Amino acid sequence: MAEPHASGALVVARDLTISGPEGDLVHGISFALERGGALGIVGESGSGKSLTCRSLLGILPPGVAVTGGSIELDERDVTNLSYRDWQGIRGTEIGAVFQDPGSYLNPGIPVGKQLTEVLRVKLGMSRREVSAKAIESLGALGLRAPEIVSLQYPHELSGGMLQRVLIAIALAESPRVLIADEPTTALDVTVQAEVLDVLADLRERLDLAVILVSHDLAVVAQVCTEIVVLKDGMIVEAGPTARVLGDPQHEYTRLLVDNHARYGIERYLSPELADA
Amino acid sequence: MPEAVRSGTALLEVRDLRVSLGRARRKTEILHGVDLDVAAGEIVGLIGETGSGKTTLARSILGLGVRGSGALATGRITVDGTDVTSLSPARLRAFRRGGTVQYVFQDPLRSLDPDLTIAASVAEGLRVRGGLDRAEIRERVAESLDLVGVAPALASRRPAELSGGQRQRVAIARAMVLEPRLLICDEPVSALDAASRIQMLDLILRLRDTRGIGVLFISHDLGSVAGITDRVSVLYRGDLVEQASTVELLAHQQHPYTRLLIGSAPTLTSGAADRVRRSELRAELAALEAAALESAAR
Repeated sequence: MAEPHASGALVVARDLTISGPEGDLVHGISFALERGGALGIVGESGSGKSLTCRSLLGILPPGVAVTGGSIELDERDVTNLSYRDWQGIRGTEIGAVFQDPGSYLNPGIPVGKQLTEVLRVKLGMSRREVSAKAIESLGALGLRAPEIVSLQYPHELSGGMLQRVLIAIALAESPRVLIADEPTTALDVTVQAEVLDVLADLRERLDLAVILVSHDLAVVAQVCTEIVVLKDGMIVEAGPTARVLGDPQHEYTRLLVDNHARYGIERYLSPELADA
Repeated sequence: MPEAVRSGTALLEVRDLRVSLGRARRKTEILHGVDLDVAAGEIVGLIGETGSGKTTLARSILGLGVRGSGALATGRITVDGTDVTSLSPARLRAFRRGGTVQYVFQDPLRSLDPDLTIAASVAEGLRVRGGLDRAEIRERVAESLDLVGVAPALASRRPAELSGGQRQRVAIARAMVLEPRLLICDEPVSALDAASRIQMLDLILRLRDTRGIGVLFISHDLGSVAGITDRVSVLYRGDLVEQASTVELLAHQQHPYTRLLIGSAPTLTSGAADRVRRSELRAELAALEAAALESAAR
């Protein structure tokens, strides 16, 4: 992983502390995301992974705030920005998608229209331009027949299709970073793979930097080249994906890897692993 | 696993099960003639995507239908020698109360009554079935909680005071207290974290080994299915597209959907080649679907 103090990284958290009314929730963590890089944040519920994400988006819940350290986006300190300042950053510099994509869309408006609204308002495009652009961006995310999909309502689409619509909305203003917080958690395994493949593909095609948050090591391993393992608001291990998963140093990371090995699919598919 | 228990005759026999919703021209068939067997002492996995009909199949076994929809089911379902499809509504209710078949669902918070203590929830089935006095019921409940590893101290708590893993154990205790022959687990580990998931799978294996029950294990989580099932059936859009021993299915998959399903399970080492492979399989499936639509239109 890039050193947190190295310059030129797109997202840098330095000694980041996040506190709520009852004390610290995230205890001075540091990490960095390179341009076009892919960083995975892994941890159980309550490990602070979602709070960390939210702090990068300036959307911490009420009563929770960054109380120490700093966050930099593209070499700009965004630790203490106002609500108004954040509005100029979210969407344009950093986009995000979350778990349960259906709940982020208006059930009564066709999904294409929800995407074109963003394009029209934020990019000032004309109505004619936006519908062509919307269909193009849905198609680019691997949705078949995007001109039909754009006319459909959220309830007519599968979870994987909805998540791709939300990715299209998050990327409408061409941010250089996409935060995906448990984007596949409620989805079937085949649909999960579809969404993860889309993320990996976007990285390659658009040089988009990705922060992928999950409780599942294997999910993160599909997309990310660097991994941070969080436990109780602290980083217990960080490094390149292959090293962290192949040769975990911390006891907790080993536990996560062992859990996966015990009931993951690999040992049933490759005999040499089963014998190990 | 003792041979005698495993080689038992089919505990559950599903033959040509068709379930449809709606009437006349608006009728939609959800299951297109499904055959499925579960023997005593056997764990059979049922996998498939959301909407493929897994839960509909499970619910049809005890005539639970599809929630509030007026679904129509045809075919024959035999449980432990009883043809449940030919039972009158009253006899079917009596058969359910008998407890031969028990269900465990994904979300124990929704299957356990939030106002009842754990002990009362587990005792409920015994009370409804009747024939036992209070002391006997108390004893059976204690045995059942012990069987699944729930501490006696938790018996007086309510579901909200337990962790997800503990709640799911209680749901199993509630099923096991009636000494079922067949346990139908519908996504029993999907809502659990990794550690609880492993404990729950170990528990189901242990119940099969010590009690010789048959288990229908429904899941979209291949890791769990691979770990505990003897055989697997793959349901795709209402058809059983593949049935094989678990070992066989993991080694060779016949249907492109099964290949995609197995190729989609996230591993710690998968890379770009897997992505290309999946994209090819998706195209193959799309072509199959297009061909099916075309032949239906003709």
